[in-house]
Amino acid sequence: MRPFALVAVLAGVLVASGPAYAVDPTEMPTPELQQRYHVLTHELRCMQCQNEAIADSPVSLAADLRRQVQEMLIAGKSDDDVRNYMVARYGDFILFRPRVSTRTLWLWLAPGVLLLIGAAVAVRVTKQRAALVDQDKEPVEEDARSS
Amino acid sequence: MNRFILPLGIFALLALVLAIGIKHSPEKGTIASPLIGKAAPQFTLPVLTDSSRTFRSADLKGRWYVFNVWGTWCGGCREEHSALLEIRKMTQVPLIGMDWKDEDPQALQWLTELGNPYEVVAADREGRIAIDWGVYGAPETFLVDPEGIVVYKFIGPMTVEAWQTKFVPRLPPQLAAKS
Repeated sequence: MRPFALVAVLAGVLVASGPAYAVDPTEMPTPELQQRYHVLTHELRCMQCQNEAIADSPVSLAADLRRQVQEMLIAGKSDDDVRNYMVARYGDFILFRPRVSTRTLWLWLAPGVLLLIGAAVAVRVTKQRAALVDQDKEPVEEDARSS
Repeated sequence: MNRFILPLGIFALLALVLAIGIKHSPEKGTIASPLIGKAAPQFTLPVLTDSSRTFRSADLKGRWYVFNVWGTWCGGCREEHSALLEIRKMTQVPLIGMDWKDEDPQALQWLTELGNPYEVVAADREGRIAIDWGVYGAPETFLVDPEGIVVYKFIGPMTVEAWQTKFVPRLPPQLAAKS
């Protein structure tokens, strides 16, 4: 009974997970093209669902865009040709990794700036704490108990 | 007290930046088209109502036109259809329809049942022309000027109000109204 139940569960999982990898069965003529196709379809946004890549989306527009990527790669276009083609029609939003431009510069710089601010605050707080401990004549444990 | 000034200042700045961001996205959830101000994509497609004819977008050169992308599978398109029929009666500007990834018999039945507001309907059965127009969800409606430049794009079901507030002000007054 037990092994049977296990097999049943596993079979159920297999059936349920089928569509997850069946979204895009496209096969490219060479492994190199397959690899580029894989990368490109994962960095292009499905405009209809917006938080999915066209590689993962079952909607019909995503399939059309995948077909477009496939055809352009087979026709010998470069990865950037494909990206430019998509951006010209759908705008920067179609790229999950926004390009560096004057419009998106702040987006790229913000994490670094925030990290610097955070580091500055951390350094200051640590120094203040260290200074407090230096001034303190009582042992640290003593201090913790009394407060 | 002094140590609160900096965090408070940063908070105020952040709130200001976010407020500006929200104010400046008037049509939330829609994505601005990079086609605005650029030449409308040229295409040749079969005419839905007469498969022996082809429609060439170049034939529209020299005219203002409204380009409406729809499909019978699209709920918003059914919603906007009566508005399109209404608008058709209000203006001289032709409505050019593009039936997107649809079955011809269903599309023809749709036009028979609901009425046909279009001067011509092109059938984009494979969805290739829709990609050129950057269409990502029907219905989408474009306004194109006589030089073939995309002037405006409206995303979502058209309404008479949208026509009057978004399209009419962009059109020459003598054209916007029925002669």
